[in-house]
Amino acid sequence: MTMVSSAIPMVDDDPARHRFRVHRDAMTSPEIFREEVDRIFGHSWLYVGHESEVASPGDYVRRPVGGRPLFMVRGAKTGQVHVFHNTCTHRGAVVCRHKSGNAKVFQCFYHAWTFDSEGNLAGVPGREAYGENLDFSALSLRPVARMESYRGFVFASFDENVTDLATYLAGAREYLDLVIDSADSKMEVVKGTNEYCIQANWKLLAENSIDGYHAVSTHDTYFKYLIALGTNLKGGVQGTARDLGNGHAVLEYAAPWGRPIAKWEPLFGEDAREEIAELRAGLVARHGEERASRMADTNRNLLIYPNLVVNDIMAVTVRTFMPSAPDRMDVTAWEIAPRDELAQLRQRRLDSFLTFLGPAGFATPDDIEALESCQLGYRSGGVEWNDISRGMDRAPEANDEAQMRAFWRRWQQQMGDAACKEMR
Amino acid sequence: MTAIETAPSVPDLGSVGRPQVEDFLYREARLLDDWDLDTWLSLWAPGGTRYVVPCNDDPDGDPATDLVLIDDDELRMRLRVERLNSRKAHREYPHSRTSHQVSNVIVGAPEGTGAAAELPVTAAFTVWRFRNGRATYYVGRYYYRLVAVGGQLRIRAKRSVLDMTELRPAGDLAILL
Repeated sequence: MTMVSSAIPMVDDDPARHRFRVHRDAMTSPEIFREEVDRIFGHSWLYVGHESEVASPGDYVRRPVGGRPLFMVRGAKTGQVHVFHNTCTHRGAVVCRHKSGNAKVFQCFYHAWTFDSEGNLAGVPGREAYGENLDFSALSLRPVARMESYRGFVFASFDENVTDLATYLAGAREYLDLVIDSADSKMEVVKGTNEYCIQANWKLLAENSIDGYHAVSTHDTYFKYLIALGTNLKGGVQGTARDLGNGHAVLEYAAPWGRPIAKWEPLFGEDAREEIAELRAGLVARHGEERASRMADTNRNLLIYPNLVVNDIMAVTVRTFMPSAPDRMDVTAWEIAPRDELAQLRQRRLDSFLTFLGPAGFATPDDIEALESCQLGYRSGGVEWNDISRGMDRAPEANDEAQMRAFWRRWQQQMGDAACKEMR
Repeated sequence: MTAIETAPSVPDLGSVGRPQVEDFLYREARLLDDWDLDTWLSLWAPGGTRYVVPCNDDPDGDPATDLVLIDDDELRMRLRVERLNSRKAHREYPHSRTSHQVSNVIVGAPEGTGAAAELPVTAAFTVWRFRNGRATYYVGRYYYRLVAVGGQLRIRAKRSVLDMTELRPAGDLAILL
C-alpha cells in the first residue's frame, strides 16, 4: 500500500476539536490484518508464558505466539528458560507434541531426530550416512530471535533488532512490579487455562480490557451478583488512566469489590477477615503504608502493547490474544496467585476469577457479546469512524478513553502508511 | 403424560435402574432446552449441591485449588439462573436455541446408606447452541451424584467435563451444560 496525497491516517487524533477517531477499516480490512501480523506482531515483544509454568529442569509448555507454534522449556543442564520454534531442523515436523510436560529430549517422530532440552541436536539415526563436512551444530533447535524475561514474565520477539524488554515495557514495569511485589511468596500460574474465542477484531479486546466506561452498563448482572453476596456498591469506580509509553496504558482505581491482596469484602466470609488483615499488615511492613495501600486497595487494568493484559482486580489475570482473521481472535487467559497463599484465600481468588474474568462467568460472556456486536455493527456501514474522544479535555479519569488513545497512537505509528484511508 | 413431564418416582436408590435415570436426565435436558431454568433448579437436592465445569486443559481440576470454568454452589447456581432469566445477560439475550443430547448412560452402584446414599451416574453429552446464525457445540461427559429426596431423584452434584481440547470452538460458556 502506498501513501496517496489525499490519504489520512486511520487514527484521527484531533486535540483542537477534542476529537479522536479510529476508522472502522482498522477492524475489518484483510489488508490491515496482514500488515499487522508483520508490522506489529513481527516487531513487538510478545508474551510467551510465566517461568512458574516451567519450574523444573525439562519442564515445557507449547505456546502459539504471534500465530506461530513455539515452545518454552527449562534446559536440564543450564536451568535456563528457552523459547524455540517448534519445528524440526530436518524436515519441519513439530518436535514438542504435548501441550505441557517434562522431557529429557524432544524427538521428532518423523525421522527420529532428537534434541535435548537446551535445543542441541543429540541424535540422528544413521549419522554415518552424512558427509563429514556437514555441520550438525547448525541443526540445533532454532530459538526465537529474541527472548527476555521480566521478573518471571517471559517474552519473545521475532525481530532481532527490537529494543531490550525493560526499555520496551517502559512505564508498565512499575505496574508489573506492584502485582509481583504484593505476593509474600512468588507468583505462580494456577492450573487450568481459559482458552476461548471471540469473533471480533483483536484490538477491540485491547480496548475492552482497559475500558472503565462500559462496566456499569455491560456488567449489570455481575454487580447484582456482588450485591447478592453483600457488597456495597455505593463508592462506585474512582480513579485515573495513564499512558505508560510505547502503547502501554493503565487504569488505576478504587472499586467496591474485594481483593485477595488485601481488601476484605463480605463475600470473602467473616472467617477470612483476620487472614486478610494479617496479609495487609505484612504488606505495610514490607512496602510502607502508601505502597501497601496501593497494592491492597486499588485495582489496575494494565495493557502491555500490543496484546498482553495483566488485570489486577478481584483476582489477577494474565491474558493474551491473537487474531486469526480480521474478525476473529483466540484468547488465552491464566490466573496468577501467590504460590504459598492460604487455601481459604486461594478459594476466594478462584471464585472471583471465574465469576468475573472467566468465559463462563457473570461478566466476560457479555464482553464477548459486546465485541462481537461491534464487529457485526461495522458490517452495517453508513458510519465510518469509531469515536474515542471521551475525556480529551480533562485530566483522564477511569471512565475516560485516554488509555485507549495511547494504544491507538502507537498502533498508527507502527502501521504507518499501511493504515491510511483515502478520503473521498 | 410422559416421563419427560413428570419426575419418575423412586422409593429408594437401590431400586433405580437405567430407565429411570435416563428419564430423569432427559427431563433435565428438556428443561434446559426450554429455558425453564426455575424448574431446572427444582431438580437439585436441597443443600450442599455443586455444579462444576473444569477448564478444557484440566479435566480433573479441583475447584478448591485449580481454576475451573464453573464452580456453583446452591447460591451461585440460583444467581446464575437469575442472570440468565434477566434481560441483562447480554450474551444470552435473546437466548440461544439449544439441544442437550444425553447418551451412553451408565449407572453405578449406590454408595452410602439411608438418606446419605448417592447414585453415581455418567453419561455422554452433546450440546448444540444456535444463535445469530451461528452453530456451536459442547461435547463431553457428565458425572452425576444423584440422591432420592421424598421418593424423587434429585441432583446432589454434577460435573460436566468437556472433551474439546479448548473452549474456542464454542467461543464462551454462557449457557448451562
